[in-house]
Amino acid sequence: MNTFKLFLAGASALALSAAANAAELEVTHWWTSGGEAAAVAEFAKAFDATGNKWVDGAIAGGGSTARPVMISRITGGSPMAATQFNTGRQAEELVEAGLLRDFTELAEKENWKAAIRPSSLLDGCTVDGKVYCVPVNIHSWQWLWLSNKAFEDAGVPVPTNWDEFVAAAPALEKAGKIPLAIGGQAWQTTGAFNVLIPAIAGKDVFLKVYKDHDAEAAAGPEIAKVFKAADDARRMSAKSNVQDWNQATNLVITGQAGGQIMGDWAQGEFQVAGQVAGQDYTCLPGLGVNELISTGGDSFYFPKLDDADKTAAQEALASTMLNPATQVAFNLKKGSVPVRGDVDVSAANDCMKKGLEILAKGNIIPDTNQLNTEDTNNQLNDLFVEFFKTPSLTPEEAQKRYAAIIASAD
Amino acid sequence: MSTSGTANRRPSQMFRNLNAKIASIPMILTALLVFLGGTVWTIVYSFTNSKLLPRLKFVGLDQYERLWSAPRWLTSIENLLVYGVLSLIFSLVIGFLLAALLDQKIRFEGVFRTIFLYPFALSFVVTGLTWQWILNPDFGVQNIVRSMGWESFSFNPLYDQDIVIYGILIAGLWQGTGLIMCLMLAGLRGIDEDIWKAARVDGIPMWKTYLFIVIPMMRPVFITTLVIIASGIVRLYDLVVAQTSGGPGGASEVPAKYVYDYMFLAQNLGQGFAASTMMLLSVAIIVVPWAYLEFGGHKRG
Repeated sequence: MNTFKLFLAGASALALSAAANAAELEVTHWWTSGGEAAAVAEFAKAFDATGNKWVDGAIAGGGSTARPVMISRITGGSPMAATQFNTGRQAEELVEAGLLRDFTELAEKENWKAAIRPSSLLDGCTVDGKVYCVPVNIHSWQWLWLSNKAFEDAGVPVPTNWDEFVAAAPALEKAGKIPLAIGGQAWQTTGAFNVLIPAIAGKDVFLKVYKDHDAEAAAGPEIAKVFKAADDARRMSAKSNVQDWNQATNLVITGQAGGQIMGDWAQGEFQVAGQVAGQDYTCLPGLGVNELISTGGDSFYFPKLDDADKTAAQEALASTMLNPATQVAFNLKKGSVPVRGDVDVSAANDCMKKGLEILAKGNIIPDTNQLNTEDTNNQLNDLFVEFFKTPSLTPEEAQKRYAAIIASAD
Repeated sequence: MSTSGTANRRPSQMFRNLNAKIASIPMILTALLVFLGGTVWTIVYSFTNSKLLPRLKFVGLDQYERLWSAPRWLTSIENLLVYGVLSLIFSLVIGFLLAALLDQKIRFEGVFRTIFLYPFALSFVVTGLTWQWILNPDFGVQNIVRSMGWESFSFNPLYDQDIVIYGILIAGLWQGTGLIMCLMLAGLRGIDEDIWKAARVDGIPMWKTYLFIVIPMMRPVFITTLVIIASGIVRLYDLVVAQTSGGPGGASEVPAKYVYDYMFLAQNLGQGFAASTMMLLSVAIIVVPWAYLEFGGHKRG
C-alpha cells in the first residue's frame, strides 16, 4: 500500500515537473484549406520550438461553423488555450463577460503599440484601454482575381478594372467560361457586395453606411449604383454552382472561370497550385477602380485558464505569434500582410507588394467585421445569398431591404 | 381491496403505490425543471435583447416584430407548411399502401420489410448527403438518364429555387415511410381474421373493406403515426443542412435552421428564442386541441 502511494506521488510529481517545462496548448481555428493549413503549420513549428506543444484544433467548415463551437466551449466552461476570431466585434461580449484574458502587461513589455500597424488592428483588440487579443495578419477583401488563361481562351485582353471585366463577360461566356465565380456560402455574396461599395461608391459612402449606419445613405443613389453592379455580378455568376470559396478559387486557377472577388487569402491557393502572379493570374486591388484595402484579419484570443503552466505558455504563444520571423513565415504562406511594420517582406510576391504599397499610402478602410455585429452581418448574408440566386428579386427591392437592415444595425 | 374502517381514506389513497410514485420522482423533476423550466426561460428571454450571452434587458415585442418582418422567416414557415402537408399525406398513403401490399401473404415478406425499413436506420445527415449526390445534376439521376441518350432530360430539384423543397421531401419520404409502413403493418395484423372472412362472405370488394372497415378500426395506429410524422416535420433541420444548407439563395430555409443560425451564428439569442417560441406555439396550436379531444373530452377506462 505504502509503496503504491509513493509511486502515485512520484508519478504525479513527475507529471507536474514535466508540465512546468512544456505545456500543451490547444489552439482552435478554421484554417483548413491548403494554403491556410500550410500557414498554420508555421505557427505550430515556432511554438513547439519554445519547448511547449501546439495541439491543433482545426474546425472544418469555415468561420460560421467554427465560431459557434468556439463560443460554446468558452461559455460552457471547457475553454481551449487560444482561439482564432476575425479582428473586430466577434468576441466583444466574451470580453465584456470577463471570459478572456487581459494581455495589457505583455503588450506594454513588448511594445505592441509601436510594432503593430495600422493602429486600428490593436484598437480592435482593445476594450477600455486593455488589450485582449493578438492580431496576427492583415487581410483585405478588396481584390479581383483574374485567370489569364481564361481570357486568353476567350480571345480578349485581361481587364484592368471592373468595367472592362463586365464588358468582357459575353466573350467569356461564348468560350464556355463562367465569367465570375462565387461560391454558395452566404458570406461570399455579402463580401462581394461589400467590395463593390468602396470601388463604385467610394470610401465616404462605405463609412457612412457601415460606420454611422446611415439608412439614408444606404437607400441613396450611390448605393443604387452599387446594386446595379451587383446585378451585373449576379448575371455573371449565374452558372457558378460550387459551394466553398476555395472551390470557386479553383475555378479561376484552372481557367474555368474568368475571375473571383475574394479576399487576399485566395492568394494562398494560387501559391499552393504553383501559379505566379502576373503570369498565370492577375490581381486587381479595389477592383482596379478605387485602390483601397480594408484592414481586417485574424486575431487570437486567450480564454482565462486555471492551470498556471498553461497560463504561462499562453504568454509564450502570444509572443511567438508576433515574433518578426514567425510573422513573415506565417503570412507568406497565408497570403496576408504581416501586422508588424518592421519586418522584411522582400520575399513577397507582386500582389502582396501591391497591397503593402496601398497600406503604406494609408488608403485603408476598416473591415466590416470591425464595424458590424455578427447579427447585422448575418442579416446581410440572408439578403445577399437570396439576391444572388434569385433573378426575380430586383435591385430596387433588395436595396429597400438593405436600407432597413442598416437602419436597425447597432 | 379490504378497508380498515377507522383509517382515514385520503392518505391511504395518496400513499397507494408508494414505490411507483417514488420511482417516478426523477422523471417528474426532469420534466418540470428541464422541459418546463427551459421552456419558460426561453420564452422570458425572447422578450429581451440578449445577444451572445443572455441578459435581462426587456425590449417588449421587438424580437417578434423583427421576426415576422424577416423574409427568411416567412420563407421558412412557407417551406415548413409545404413540406409538412405533403409529407403527412404521402407518408400515410405510401406507408399504408406498402403495408397493405405486404399484408397479402406474399413470398419473401421479411426481405421486403427489411428493405423498406432500412433507410430508417440511417441518420438524416447520411440520408441528406446521399440524396444530394443522387439529385446532383452532374453525377446523379439527370446525368445517368442523359448518358442513356435522353439529352434534354432535366431533373435538378436541389438547384432550382421553386422546387428545392420537393427535393428535400423526396429524401424525407425515402427515409421515413419505412417506419410508417411497419406501424401500419402491425395495425393490419391486429385486425381479426374473422372480419376479413365476414366481409368476404358479404361480398364486399377488398378496397371497400380496407377503406370502410379496416382503416376505421386502425384509428389508434393512425393517431400514433400522425404524432410521429408531425414531430418529424417540425424538427426538420439536419436533412436541409446536409442537402442544401438552406440554398439555393435561402429557398429551402426551415424554422429550426433559423433558430440555430440566429442563436449561434448571428450571436443574437433573443431573436433565436423568439423564433423557437413561435415554433413551440405552432406545435401547441396543433397538439393542444387534438390532445383535448383525444384524452380530455371523454374518459375511457
